[in-house]
Amino acid sequence: NPYAGLVSHLRAAWLSGKTRPMEYRRAQLEALGRFLDEKKQDILEATALDMGKPSFEAYFTEILLCKNELNTTLNNLCHWMKDEHVDKNLVTQLDCAFIRKDPYGVVLIISPWNYPIQLFLVPLIGAIAAGNCVVIKPSEISKHTERLIAEMLSCYLDNDCFAVVTGGVQETTRLLENKFDYIFFTGTSCNPSVGRIIMTAAAKHLTPVTLELGGKNPCYVSDCCDVQNVARRVAWGRFFNAGQTCIAPDYVLCSVVMQEKLMPALREAITEFYGPNPQESPDFGRIVGDKQFRRVRALLCSGRVAMGGQTDEKERYIGEGPWSRGLWDHLCPSDVLPYPFSTAPTVLADVLPSDPIMQEEIFGPILPIVVVANVDEAVDFINARPRPLVVYAFSCDSKVVNQVLERTSSGGFCGNDTLMHVTLTSLPFGGIGNSGLGKYHGKFTFDTFSHHRACLHRSMGLETLNALRYPPYNQQKLGLLTATFEVKRKGMCTLL
Amino acid sequence: MEKMQQVVGRARAAFNSGRCRSLEFRMQQLKALERMVQEKEKEILAALKADLHKRGPNAYSQEVLGVLGELALAMDKLPSWAAPQPVKKNLLTMRDEAYICPEPLGVVLIIGAWNYPFVLVMQPLIGAIAAGNAVVVKPSEVSENTAQLVADLLPQYLDRELYPVVTGGVPETTALLTQRFDHILYTGNSTVGKIVMEAAAKHLTPVTLELGGKSPCYIDKDCDLAVACRRIAWGKYMNCGQTCIAPDYILCDPSIQSEVVENIKATLQEFYGEDVKSSPDYERIVNKRHFKRILGLLEGQKIAHGGEADEASCFIAPTILTDVSPESKVMEEEIFGPVLPILTVKSVDEAIEFINRREKPLTLYVFSNSKKLIKRVISETSSGGVTGNDVIMHFFLSTLPFGGVGNSGMGAYHGKHSFETFSHRRACLIKDLKMEGTNKLRYPPGSQKKVDWAKFFLLKRFNKGRVGLVILALLGIVAAVVVKVSFG
Repeated sequence: NPYAGLVSHLRAAWLSGKTRPMEYRRAQLEALGRFLDEKKQDILEATALDMGKPSFEAYFTEILLCKNELNTTLNNLCHWMKDEHVDKNLVTQLDCAFIRKDPYGVVLIISPWNYPIQLFLVPLIGAIAAGNCVVIKPSEISKHTERLIAEMLSCYLDNDCFAVVTGGVQETTRLLENKFDYIFFTGTSCNPSVGRIIMTAAAKHLTPVTLELGGKNPCYVSDCCDVQNVARRVAWGRFFNAGQTCIAPDYVLCSVVMQEKLMPALREAITEFYGPNPQESPDFGRIVGDKQFRRVRALLCSGRVAMGGQTDEKERYIGEGPWSRGLWDHLCPSDVLPYPFSTAPTVLADVLPSDPIMQEEIFGPILPIVVVANVDEAVDFINARPRPLVVYAFSCDSKVVNQVLERTSSGGFCGNDTLMHVTLTSLPFGGIGNSGLGKYHGKFTFDTFSHHRACLHRSMGLETLNALRYPPYNQQKLGLLTATFEVKRKGMCTLL
Repeated sequence: MEKMQQVVGRARAAFNSGRCRSLEFRMQQLKALERMVQEKEKEILAALKADLHKRGPNAYSQEVLGVLGELALAMDKLPSWAAPQPVKKNLLTMRDEAYICPEPLGVVLIIGAWNYPFVLVMQPLIGAIAAGNAVVVKPSEVSENTAQLVADLLPQYLDRELYPVVTGGVPETTALLTQRFDHILYTGNSTVGKIVMEAAAKHLTPVTLELGGKSPCYIDKDCDLAVACRRIAWGKYMNCGQTCIAPDYILCDPSIQSEVVENIKATLQEFYGEDVKSSPDYERIVNKRHFKRILGLLEGQKIAHGGEADEASCFIAPTILTDVSPESKVMEEEIFGPVLPILTVKSVDEAIEFINRREKPLTLYVFSNSKKLIKRVISETSSGGVTGNDVIMHFFLSTLPFGGVGNSGMGAYHGKHSFETFSHRRACLIKDLKMEGTNKLRYPPGSQKKVDWAKFFLLKRFNKGRVGLVILALLGIVAAVVVKVSFG
């Protein structure tokens, strides 16, 4: 067991009680803040090298949102750590009853490559705030960021209590042989069995888990809406990070009439965002690696290409060529194209449920549109599939938005926009069913990494009251006991 | 296997029909459960007597009273528990609706245990129904009379498709666990807990595992020993020691060990009289297998009191062991019987160290006149729950979450915590399709100016209280207007 030494080193630090005082946790969190400030440029460069992440996006998701979480946590740490006093019943009136937030111990955070800083840092913030020691296992696929984390984090955090482990599948498997007190896993659903593997490994040690997985996030667009605004918001959510976002709108459901209206609106939005030649825009990303690129490219053989469809393997770019604007031909990647270069991200129209692109989470800059007759058909379509991480619905009519919300089930829901619900730290972020279990962000991260321990501190006196509960039992005692224990329904006043 | 598929399939179809979503429906089912408990009280007490030799008043206070309390609480609070919870918004989402919507998970599985066979199935069931789920109930086959009763009664009072009862032993439970559930709540031991979690992992099903362990009980030299020992004896010997939160073993200074023994002996006399075996208030071990197991733990031990046993009636007298060694068999597994080992430690430091060297227990008990010492023990150890200066009682306060940590389990329930365990808290953000102005900040092409505005709207650098927020809000509106003008 190659990691046994590391884990026991952290466990020894944990048992010493080092991570428990508030001052210690605060100091580590502030060090993380300095990491974000001082290494900002390195982070922007590493993520650009890993997946061509546009610096605006990288700043927004990897620095700004992380600082937000850090500040929320630092502002509230004292309050969150406090014992939570609870309402008492008659028999415990004179006692002290509270919920103590205990750290779990040594926890493991496994993060993915698509938002390689945010997706380890935000859980880490909560884990440190809750008083744990942490092993961080960043993704080997975003190798520049992995190296940055491995080399630089140790300069900021206490190396006795926080460690970074690098490597691939084999290393992660060996790491999971060790006992951890909590495992936090974020992974894409491109490989849905990984979540199961993690939970099965956790079961061997009865380790609780949070699994942030993915799925196909549906985006329903009703006929009544401001088409240009919808197109902009959907395009933004879809093509952000070249589509490699677990909460991206995966596919659109709309009527055939709306599909016709959306096309030009989407084209306008895409041009507004990335200019006439997106491959040259600094604001459009790239697919992270060859394997992922090939997977996404294979999905293009679905529906008909309304925009884009061209790919550039060398650059791992998927988008549109300057000559294909206006072309509505059936295009398949197997077709030999004269110039495999790019202009804009891709929209596929008239996609069928049986098409390849509807069989897995896309995780790429392709937006398929599936035509449905009405909102009922859209809801049925969504409910026939595994529950996604998020459901999106666009309509000027709030009743329609509410209908979709009430009749579907998903991790989260955002009406009339995409992605934004995760920027509000007071909302829990997590999946349900295939899209995951558990939740985090803001206080929810702190709560995820804390054991909520029920504490009742009684007095040694007033023993006579306790006499009711001791044997020998009799009906009289029971009557009195019932009177003191019973929770009566309100509004049952016999006087009236 | 096929039968399980059918039962679960029917429950899922019934859930998908949507009928258990309305609050009225859930209230109706909870009311029916309440009627069941009130009307069938005699039958319930009879089953408990047959399974565990539990007498009327005892069985009522241990198993029925708590259930009625949870039902009343759930029915009272359901509207407020199920209501969407608005959350604090930031500048960017000021004009939007942001809230958490509690939703049912779907079809959940409750696997009960045999030691409190009625309440351990009913309490989770109440939470699961209140949260709007379909529930498959699998009572423990070891307490066979109560299992049969539950299987007979539930269909008479509740919706048959939504809340089926499955009876049977290991093969039936294994078959059941191959089906897909949206949550599994299991009460039992750690070994089976691992099997349940592994089965759940195949479907990515979240689990609540209420397991066990050896709950330590530290008695400080500075405490009212008579009171402490009475409380400990009550918690230890109730249900013949077959309680997951019973004080499993005592840690105390060697100088008070004999006083502890004397006090417990005196209490046992008070509780059960001269002849424990003929006391109607003393239960029996549930079956021969456990009877033999517990007797085996006595081998080679110094028996300070008790030790009498009768296999025919599965009777084991309340027993106290002294000067027990940490390496002995009785200290290896959860006793789950009326045997109380006392181990001596020279200080509270030694006690804390002893506790921390072992698996995290379901509960921890500490008796002392010193509040400071109690606080210290709580802060330097970990356990599912704690009661200071008493035992068991934290279980009865439904505002406290009841559950384990580490080997003693994961997740919690009781009261509102049951409702939350069986609900999905769905994050909802509803924006306006208009007000596109501020959104332009985030769209490409990127620029430093946009970054600076984004920082303004998003960064929570300060928390200056209400007045600050109002000023911030005003600034925000001004900023929004300016942005719209410059980017719009």
